[in-house]
Amino acid sequence: MARTDVQLMLDVKAGDEASFALLLHRYRTPLVNFLYRMVRNREQAEDLAQEVFLRVYRAREDYVPSAKFTTWLFRIATNLALNSVRDNRYRKLEVSIDAPVTMDAEDGDERTLDVPEKRPNIEQHLVEESRKKMIRHAIDKLPEKQRAAVLLHKYQELDYAEIAKILSCSESALKSLLFRAYESLRVELAPLVAQQVRSQG
Amino acid sequence: MSCEKMASRIFGYVDGRLKESERLEAEKHLAACAPCRVRVEEFRAVSGLLNELPVIEPSPEFDTRVRALVAAEPVKQNWWEWMRIPPRIAFAASALLLAALWLGLYQRQQVSPLPWNGNPVVADQEMMQDLSVLEDHDVISNFEPLKELPPPVQNDEPPDEPQNM
Repeated sequence: MARTDVQLMLDVKAGDEASFALLLHRYRTPLVNFLYRMVRNREQAEDLAQEVFLRVYRAREDYVPSAKFTTWLFRIATNLALNSVRDNRYRKLEVSIDAPVTMDAEDGDERTLDVPEKRPNIEQHLVEESRKKMIRHAIDKLPEKQRAAVLLHKYQELDYAEIAKILSCSESALKSLLFRAYESLRVELAPLVAQQVRSQG
Repeated sequence: MSCEKMASRIFGYVDGRLKESERLEAEKHLAACAPCRVRVEEFRAVSGLLNELPVIEPSPEFDTRVRALVAAEPVKQNWWEWMRIPPRIAFAASALLLAALWLGLYQRQQVSPLPWNGNPVVADQEMMQDLSVLEDHDVISNFEPLKELPPPVQNDEPPDEPQNM
């Protein structure tokens, strides 16, 4: 039977490096994806994810399994991401004075991972790309705390209590954050939502 | 159920995470409330759209970089580890201690047995005979140069008296 995250972390605390490698393997993809959706830059997302793992390793001696491992892990990641988003906003403000950004360089990050050769229809591919771009931009437009709430709820499938701990808010405040985020997404993605509702109905 | 309560449970309903009783309660409300029904449909649509975003894979160098960062971390030593003496130093210190003890015992054995055998009167007599201070006393009392010294100056002057005006 696979060892739980807490068991692995306790083994890391006892000096077992192999358990740290297992945790790294288990959480590298979810962490990089969460951070990528938060900061919208692949390289930066990977740097931040590395920092998260390093902090986990550094804290091994003092680790006490008082909360779920994922709560602790994503709390570190969320704090780093929120700080980074704020720093980026400040940097972009400085850059925009001298060199206005003419193209969205970050959109290229995901495109490189797609495999267009496998798609039979180029038109269908373009439509899908356009949809994805709209969705990405709608998420990017959310205030960072709402964005973090949506990402943790939707992609990490963490429960309300866990996300509330990660974001240092009450469960009712979290529900309100999520509700407002979905309202914004619903408005921002109105044409796609209508299409989706029609296909669901 | 009110619309506010439905709003607080909407994600649980859309994600299918509600308890059976809560789900039935929500469905009863939705059957009678068109705006909440539309909202549920639209939130479900948003949730479906969010599923369309692809999952990205970390770069192949990611693990290597994390391992390098971890390997560069200084090894923490706890108090007991810090107290642990390296074997070479421990051996040298033990050898030194043994040598000191052996030398101490050997020196004590080398001291000749005492002539007075613990009798204090004999001990005093021995000491008096050997007392070099007495010889010094002899030398000082018969010291020739001391006799050539001038006699000590006598101070005959009366002490200062206050003068009457």
